Amino acid sequence: MSGLPLAGGRVSPYRAVLASRVRAQRSYRTGFALDLFGSLLIGVTEFAEVWVIFHNVEVLGGLDFHAILVLFGLSNLAFSLADLLVGHLDTLPTYVRAGTLDAFYLRPQPLLAQLVTSEVDLRRISRIGVAGTALVSGLVLEDVSYGPRELTLLAIAIVFGTAIFAGLFVCAASLQFFLINGSELTNSFTYGGSYAAQQPTAIFPRPLKLLFGYLIPVAFTAYLPTLALLGLPGPAGLPAWLAWLTPVAAGWVWLVGMLLWRWGTRHYQVGGG
Amino acid sequence: MGTYLKLFRAGFSRQANYRLAMVAGLATNVVFGFIRAAILFAALDSAGGSLGGYTKGSISAYVWLSQGLLGAIDLSGRAEIGERIRTGDVAIDFTRPVDLQTWHLSEDMGRAAYTFIPRGLPSVLIGALTFGLSMPTTVLPYVLGFISIAIGIAIAFYCRFAVNALGFWLLDTRGARTVYMVTSTFLAGLYVPVSLFPGWLQTVALATPFPSMLQVPINVISGKDTGTDALLLVLMQLCWLAVTCAAGQLLTRAGRHKLVVQGG
Repeated sequence: MSGLPLAGGRVSPYRAVLASRVRAQRSYRTGFALDLFGSLLIGVTEFAEVWVIFHNVEVLGGLDFHAILVLFGLSNLAFSLADLLVGHLDTLPTYVRAGTLDAFYLRPQPLLAQLVTSEVDLRRISRIGVAGTALVSGLVLEDVSYGPRELTLLAIAIVFGTAIFAGLFVCAASLQFFLINGSELTNSFTYGGSYAAQQPTAIFPRPLKLLFGYLIPVAFTAYLPTLALLGLPGPAGLPAWLAWLTPVAAGWVWLVGMLLWRWGTRHYQVGGG
Repeated sequence: MGTYLKLFRAGFSRQANYRLAMVAGLATNVVFGFIRAAILFAALDSAGGSLGGYTKGSISAYVWLSQGLLGAIDLSGRAEIGERIRTGDVAIDFTRPVDLQTWHLSEDMGRAAYTFIPRGLPSVLIGALTFGLSMPTTVLPYVLGFISIAIGIAIAFYCRFAVNALGFWLLDTRGARTVYMVTSTFLAGLYVPVSLFPGWLQTVALATPFPSMLQVPINVISGKDTGTDALLLVLMQLCWLAVTCAAGQLLTRAGRHKLVVQGG
């Protein structure tokens, strides 16, 4: 064992696992190509849904099609980046049911860090591509003048938007400890959150506006940054300047996530131990 | 026939064991229903009150019926047969004195029938209470509607069965299942009604069995299409039912020849 993980410091075990996962995915070329195609198709279809709506209307929730491209691009970019990094936390119930989670407890690293680095799902890359394309097209078509302010806003939105979705995946995984057969429930705020994030929050009735604006703050991932970037006013209760507070929203999601995670792991009883 | 009826009952009661899963499914259905209703209401307002022949009441009926039916009409690419083919258990299934496809269909219809109670009806009820929806006031659309729903469930099953039967030839059907799920949900009219598609895309959709799974049953039971139109829609469904059933039968038969069982 000497010379292996410990010598390389704290991060090298994680790096070794991740590198092996990347190699594993690349070695089944046909399967990987199909997965990439499937993921591309998911991205394209999500976009087609938006496009079909705009085939029928000019404006939705105060945004025109070019603005919707920015909104769609930002929300999907953040979500698919988070999905790439931590989306596999969704498989936690499988580990719990099969008892294989116990093996993770035996290793001298934090459980969450191990689970996060246990996989990196490279097929999401094509969805990231679709989102990036939509974002860039929207930004070019909207004719915004790009200064330091705009670039900072974009960077904040992408980095902390990803953090918000990643935090939601952690919240979802924590609840899985209690809901082994009810894992679909947590889809309502991971996938549901992503679906809500790509809509102009202004279209929602008041309770949903508060839900997606503050409690599960997905409006911060794309809608508010889009408003701030394009210089549009927000609806009542969600002014555009809130876009600068996206890091705070991410902090809130992670605070809840970490509390739920502690609660969940304490609830979990190792089988046969 | 008695065997299949028993399998139907078994499918029904097996589903009844997953109470928490049902509650979870309902909650997710409702959240997505709220978001979808908000989008289509906003689009309706933006279009000036009429959108592809829909009004507020009928678009709301479309949203909540589709959310409610989503438990019963399974548009995912998953089917139990896929796992049995992968593990090789299907070899034992072939020795049983029942038709493989009809056996799984009976169980799936039982599963679907049960989901109406904890998922279907509550979804529609919640939609009616929160967003309001317009439904027909005569009996006929409901009678024809339930027939249409039953056919829709069966078509959705036959397609999933066929996709999973590809497992006789493919080592891993995950890619095929993903492609199937994405295509089916979009073309069945789950996110946007098919009548809002641009003309050419409607033609593409109607050349597939997908609208017959979800959009058609919704149009029939919500009374959007009535009289001869409704009957023609159900007739179209019956054609797709025959086609998708035949596809599954052929694939199963071909797969059976392909199957190599160790030691025999």
